[in-house]
Amino acid sequence: MFSQLKARFGSGLAVGIIGMIAIWLIGLVILPQLLMVDYSFRPNLLPADIGGPKDVYSLTNYETLFGNHIHLKIFFKTIWSSVLVTGLTLVVSYPIAFYLAKVATPQKAALCLLLLIIPFWINEILRTFSWYIILAYKGPLNALLLGLGFIDRPIRFLSGDGGVLIGMVYAYILFMIFPIYNAIESLDTNQIKAARNLGAGWIRTHWRVVIPHAKPGIATGCIMTFMLAAGSYAVPALLGSPGSRWFTQIIYNWFFEGGDWNQGAAYAFLLLIICIGFIALVMRIFKVGLGDIAK
Amino acid sequence: MKSETIMRFAVRFYIGVFFVYLFTPLIIMGLATFNDSRFPTVSPWKGATLKWFEALAQDGAMWTALWTSVVVAAGVLVVAVPVGICCALFLSTVQGKGKTFLYSLMMSPLLTPGVIVGISTLIFWKGLSVSGGVFLTVVAQTTFIAAYVMLMVLARLQRFDRTLENAALSLGATQWQAFRRILLPYLKPAIFSAAAIAFLQSFENYNTTLFVKGYDTTLTVYIASKVRTGLTPAVNALGLVMISVTILLAVIYEVKRRREQSMNG
Repeated sequence: MFSQLKARFGSGLAVGIIGMIAIWLIGLVILPQLLMVDYSFRPNLLPADIGGPKDVYSLTNYETLFGNHIHLKIFFKTIWSSVLVTGLTLVVSYPIAFYLAKVATPQKAALCLLLLIIPFWINEILRTFSWYIILAYKGPLNALLLGLGFIDRPIRFLSGDGGVLIGMVYAYILFMIFPIYNAIESLDTNQIKAARNLGAGWIRTHWRVVIPHAKPGIATGCIMTFMLAAGSYAVPALLGSPGSRWFTQIIYNWFFEGGDWNQGAAYAFLLLIICIGFIALVMRIFKVGLGDIAK
Repeated sequence: MKSETIMRFAVRFYIGVFFVYLFTPLIIMGLATFNDSRFPTVSPWKGATLKWFEALAQDGAMWTALWTSVVVAAGVLVVAVPVGICCALFLSTVQGKGKTFLYSLMMSPLLTPGVIVGISTLIFWKGLSVSGGVFLTVVAQTTFIAAYVMLMVLARLQRFDRTLENAALSLGATQWQAFRRILLPYLKPAIFSAAAIAFLQSFENYNTTLFVKGYDTTLTVYIASKVRTGLTPAVNALGLVMISVTILLAVIYEVKRRREQSMNG
């Protein structure tokens, strides 16, 4: 590999390139992750005891989760809700992605893409905060629904997981639309026309022609959305209530309120395993490889 | 034909609803800035005021946080952009075994939840007796922002015509000259947009920053803490300013892009 780099860039630049990559991958990506895993198997000790006889590997930190019903419930709720967010986002995004890629004229599509990007240049916190205003007990949504006579008294959107789900779908929708849009755009429009001419209805055309082609995009979108949802701290912290805590909030508490980093590391590693598991599952369902992801 | 018309109408309707859904929150947040209420809301409307902008301007902690954010983002730019470029150059040059593995490794920070990037950085540097603060925030954010830069530069590199480089080399240019005069200018637009995205990513990051910030506060962390405690429409005023700047930048970008397009075509 080095010889290929050297042949193109000369030895000086090649060394520089390899060096930069090595520092980043080893120092920032690999070692911190490994150390976090190492941490998660060790007990939380006083500085004096570290390296001493008490400093042995064990599964204690993991047993804590499975012995704590509240944490376990939040753990599974986080996974389930993230799956739900991913599914909802996919359903909302697919028609938009298809419209942008195949229906809209190029000028219109360019304008729509710009309009899509603007809200996402704005801070996730601010976007979530604006939902906080809308969904508040005395907020405009309740006022509107009351005014139209749909409901008799205001709904407490922010007391369950509902507000968190709405906020997350809004926050991550772009990560779903863009990969699917890119995938559908590369589909030859003639294939859609052919399917239509041969008598396939819209649903069948999508099911048999467009969706199979868009698989890598759908897979990428689902992976990104799930990962962002499961790992989100901002949205549940702003739109959730004490009764609807997210697993990331438990992790945060271990670090900065419980002061038990080893315990926190174990929880964080479990979250990472769930994300990796989801990625593997999605790649298997959609039959795509790692190389297809994030293209 | 009739079902086609209905279909078209349904699609239009859906797109319309979607964009209303996309922009209503931003509009409501903006409007709430001008409501003369102690709490940010638009209902009930208590009359228009500009006092929350004043309150914002006098908020010293906000200005400190803004400065911290700028410093962090600048630090991330300086490290993440070169690293990302190096990765892209590497991936576009080498072939053979291990490339897929390395590519996956380089992509992995993007597929890792932000909180975990923050946690692992915090734990790693604790071993070196470095605790949270601006430095760690730069390090943690660089971990995944470099991967964004890599993807953006790589996308442009894949359309690069290698014969240009070979021509330069056979005409007697050194490898460094070919890189400096041919490849780098070609990559320039991608590098600039990657730098802009990197800056933005750093500026708005919350999940990772939260774990490594130590006693320093970035603007995003500051806004979040304001939303949770001591919420006043001054937060909206800040949001409105940020939204306006964003939209202005987007419009400038679009105008520039259209001008370039009309010049090329």
